[in-house]
Amino acid sequence: MKRGVVEAVTVVIAAVVAFPLYWMVLTALKPEAEVITADPRPWTLTPTLDSFTRALTVQSFGRYLVNSLVVALVVVLLSLLISFLAATALTRFRFRTRTTLLIMLLIVQMVPVEALTIPLFFMMKSVRDVVPVFGLNHLGSLVLVHLAFSLPFSIWMLRGFVAAVPVELEEAATLDGASRFRFLWQVLFPLVAPGLVATSVLAFIHAWNDFLFAKTFIISAAENQTLPLALQVFVKPDQNDWGAIMAGSTLMTIPVLLFFIVVQRRLVAGLAGAVKA
Amino acid sequence: MNARKGDGRIAYALLAPALLVLVGLMGYPIYQLVLISLFDYGQEQVSGGAPLIFLGVGNYATLLSDAKFWSVLGQTLGFAAVCVVGTLLVGATLAVLATRVRTWARTVLFLAALGAWATPAVAGSTIWLFLFDANFGFVNELLGTTGFSWTFDKWTAFGLVAAQVIWCSFPFVMVTLYAGIKAIPGEVIEAAALDGASTFRTARSVILPLLRPILIVVTIQSIIWDFKVFTQIYVMTNGGGIAGRNLVLNVYAYQQAFAASEYGLGAAIGVVMTALLLVVTLGYLRALRKSGEEL
Repeated sequence: MKRGVVEAVTVVIAAVVAFPLYWMVLTALKPEAEVITADPRPWTLTPTLDSFTRALTVQSFGRYLVNSLVVALVVVLLSLLISFLAATALTRFRFRTRTTLLIMLLIVQMVPVEALTIPLFFMMKSVRDVVPVFGLNHLGSLVLVHLAFSLPFSIWMLRGFVAAVPVELEEAATLDGASRFRFLWQVLFPLVAPGLVATSVLAFIHAWNDFLFAKTFIISAAENQTLPLALQVFVKPDQNDWGAIMAGSTLMTIPVLLFFIVVQRRLVAGLAGAVKA
Repeated sequence: MNARKGDGRIAYALLAPALLVLVGLMGYPIYQLVLISLFDYGQEQVSGGAPLIFLGVGNYATLLSDAKFWSVLGQTLGFAAVCVVGTLLVGATLAVLATRVRTWARTVLFLAALGAWATPAVAGSTIWLFLFDANFGFVNELLGTTGFSWTFDKWTAFGLVAAQVIWCSFPFVMVTLYAGIKAIPGEVIEAAALDGASTFRTARSVILPLLRPILIVVTIQSIIWDFKVFTQIYVMTNGGGIAGRNLVLNVYAYQQAFAASEYGLGAAIGVVMTALLLVVTLGYLRALRKSGEEL
């Protein structure tokens, strides 16, 4: 086949893949009458921000956006720090339980976290009386579960990046008089940056997308809901406010999309590195 | 790092935060899950109004003799299989396509895929629902089938959810495989061409074996993800479809526990799911060992 034909096919496929997103933004910008019509048009001549206004005022999406951001960012920061330390321990140190721990990590990665909703619900219920912030109806409970679920994968992924840093570098650093911890933070940490980026993207998405745990843990504190839950509030039988739902979906997708575009190159490199390792 | 005295102690110090979180929030809940599954654990037990009754394998016996459980299990496996095969086919085809085009076309394709990948599951589910809406959906307008409800019939509903799942999960496969193909040294392919191998032969005998480890990783990841789909089913079929026709194990366990207050039964479903996925994990470990990966 000619390269031009292949490229044309590629562009058509890309358009199909991107179409739902186009439709989301378009619907969010259409006036309500154009949204609820039996023959929807794939364009609009009268774009308006009404749907966004409704999403932000009627359902206070801003509040939920902040909640989601807080949860996701705290999870990313903690998970990066903890998994970097653990990955370093598992790659650059030799100790007796090392292999056992690695196999355990692989196994917990496969545990269907959704199945743990029931015991975690009861745990968060009892935690509420001791440390409210980490109990039911508080964002801390979400931070805890997402941290736990992103750690095994993050550690596993970072391992490859830490292992790829040559041992000679550490010997050189030691000769120069650097302590182990200085080496850890000033040499190793920057060198595994692509791995950290890839890991943080996956941890962020995991926490940002969560619907199940937010639904289970945030039961009666409307002010502590996250975006996926808030979006569901709009969906009512027979009287969906599609414009506002699509505006909400747009608001929810933009942060992740920005994150992705910013780290795009490093993400590809990171995935390749993780797979190679 | 070179082995030094006191290595073990430093290693454990570095591991401590991770171990604390994992034991507390994964290890202990797994133990609790098994424990709860052995009891008659309902609303009255939760509120302390009735004593706990130890059932042993009672909940499991109830499940295994329940036709509903078997049909949900079958549906879960079938649904996951369709999603995995679809995701891999689309992802692999587009990865190969991406190697055949100039940078600008590849960038366009990757940006579109990144968009699908970045869309949160709840948002993606609602967008697809709206696109396929009976009265206001663009797809019905396009097909001239206005008024047709895609979510009413069991199979079109499953098909719609599967399409959405494939849409948001093929990018991972595509990007990973693309990176893998790019990592194959050009000389290897040139050597094959010099030896007179056809494109197909090169793909089958040279590229595919080199990609095997990556293919195994993405396949297993897809199996694990698609077997556990919750959000899409829950949002798109409104909690498992009319009369629960579109249930998968995850949603079924959730409904049993939090809607019917049958926590013991829900936990038993969770244990069964975990056991099934552990079997897959063992297969994964064996595959990794075969492909020569060192732990």
